[in-house]
Amino acid sequence: MTVETPARPVAGATPPPRRRVDARAGTARTVRYALLIFFVIVVLIPVYVLFVTSFKPASEVGIRGAWALPQDWTFDAWRNAWEALSPSLWRSFAIAIPASIVAAVLGSLNGFVLSRWRFPGADLVFMLFLFGMFIPYQAVMIPLRQLTGDIGLPSGVPTLIVVHIVYGIPICTLIFRGFYSTTIPNELIEAGKVDGSGMLRTYRSLILPLSAPAFVVTLIWQFTSVWNDFLFAIFLSNTRNGPVTIALNALAGGQLTDYSSSMAGALIASFPTLVVYILLGRWFIGGLMAGSLKS
Amino acid sequence: MKYRIKTWGPGLLLLSPSIVLIGIFVYGMIGATVNVSLTDRHSAQPAENYVGVDNYTDLASDDRFIHSLQNLLILTVVFVVGTLVMGVLWAFLLEKGVTAEGFFRSTYLFPMAVSFVASGVVWRWLLNSAEGENAGGLNALFGMIGLDFLQNPWWSHPDWGMAAMALPAIWQLSGYVMALFLAGFRGVPNELREAARMDGASEFKLYRHVIFPQLSPVALSALIIIGHMSMKMFDLIMAVSGAQYLTEVPAVYMWQTLLANDYAKAAAIAVVLLVVVAVLVVPYLISNARAERQR
Repeated sequence: MTVETPARPVAGATPPPRRRVDARAGTARTVRYALLIFFVIVVLIPVYVLFVTSFKPASEVGIRGAWALPQDWTFDAWRNAWEALSPSLWRSFAIAIPASIVAAVLGSLNGFVLSRWRFPGADLVFMLFLFGMFIPYQAVMIPLRQLTGDIGLPSGVPTLIVVHIVYGIPICTLIFRGFYSTTIPNELIEAGKVDGSGMLRTYRSLILPLSAPAFVVTLIWQFTSVWNDFLFAIFLSNTRNGPVTIALNALAGGQLTDYSSSMAGALIASFPTLVVYILLGRWFIGGLMAGSLKS
Repeated sequence: MKYRIKTWGPGLLLLSPSIVLIGIFVYGMIGATVNVSLTDRHSAQPAENYVGVDNYTDLASDDRFIHSLQNLLILTVVFVVGTLVMGVLWAFLLEKGVTAEGFFRSTYLFPMAVSFVASGVVWRWLLNSAEGENAGGLNALFGMIGLDFLQNPWWSHPDWGMAAMALPAIWQLSGYVMALFLAGFRGVPNELREAARMDGASEFKLYRHVIFPQLSPVALSALIIIGHMSMKMFDLIMAVSGAQYLTEVPAVYMWQTLLANDYAKAAAIAVVLLVVVAVLVVPYLISNARAERQR
């Protein structure tokens, strides 16, 4: 599931190339690296702007010198942003952590059944699940708001936990199903069945101990997407009880935008997912590939 | 294989909580939205009558809705083409293995870990529409490096503004397409390359006739994943420009309509959006399931 480094063709295996070819290969290499580095710079431009602006005092944010380093470095913007965002930051954790764990557990059970303890029509059920992950959620928002209100689920954190669990089921099921069908041989399950092992025992003693990699991929993927969600948050919460994306949008969205504070805020709001990405990037890609249905 | 209910029954039972949840929250809610879209609920009051497809025929002659569809078309074309070009280029540059490949890959991919709301903060600044003396953001950068002719009003342009709105999206998702293609390139068996080289194929011909044709399934997945993301685009537009006519797409229009308590119209917009996405995604899901069964 992860992008693997290839076995590179061994250079020494070919006969020594003529000098002209050598020179051309050298040019190609230089062009290749020049392009790669150029694109690194392009991709990192917004990051430079974020950092530089976040350390500028309000007086320096104007047009002139917009791309320059701050003349007076200050933490004022970071302090403002932290004040504006910190309550919602904790709410984001309160939503993302339980929603990720519960969805991952459900995904694991579902993935097991749909790959290794199948029933007639399992593929159809799976496809109906998958469709749920591609829909534009606007198509469920109106009755969803009504329903969560009707059953007395408080707006904000509790509602968002439930909603992210439910709409997280398809992707979590997809990742686990793909993982189990490639890593756990059917014979192993069949042998268990012959021994008379029940389904839950098979899951607990055979499947669960092998599931750690899929749990890591799923938890990272689910945490990142719940943390970054804005659509459910704007429909089902407000600035007083919503996650950090809502608070950041409010901080950045005014008519007179305080750019240094909102950029410091953008960095604060991105910090948890970036840390996860930097530390566990390899696993992040796993979720990415699963999302395209390519296993 | 003969199925016996005693064998597969427990599996279905284990899956049933998720089946119920998806059944209610995806399909039940879609049904309820369709239901609202067929009523005259144009205020916070409950609906009084069913009006058939009136809300849909109204949309068909609603200039604002047509405009939002045109915006969506421009956004989607630029977004899809942009991410495919950048993604394929990056994957091509990295494909043979370069020093520090991991660094380049992680850098190109990192924007995916950030929310559109957070990156929207900085893109809002970068896509400042002022030019010349008062230029800010990217326009100021162009002025500094002598590329003044590149200055433009970005998303404020009345006709082609949506093309500029695709820039942040391309920045954010090209790395994803790169990851898909990198996996694709590396899925091409080495023997195939060697055989082509033995036959005296040039590198250009090798890519043109051997490698790229093998990648069409990857290109299709990328097209569908990015395409459906574009059709659902909401967060980014809200973060970069806010809800306004110039950059309105159906997802934003639906939100604005709901804010005005026109439930029936909002529901109709959501259903149209759902159908557009389904036309793209459902055939993909079906063909994917078929391919899996044949494996």
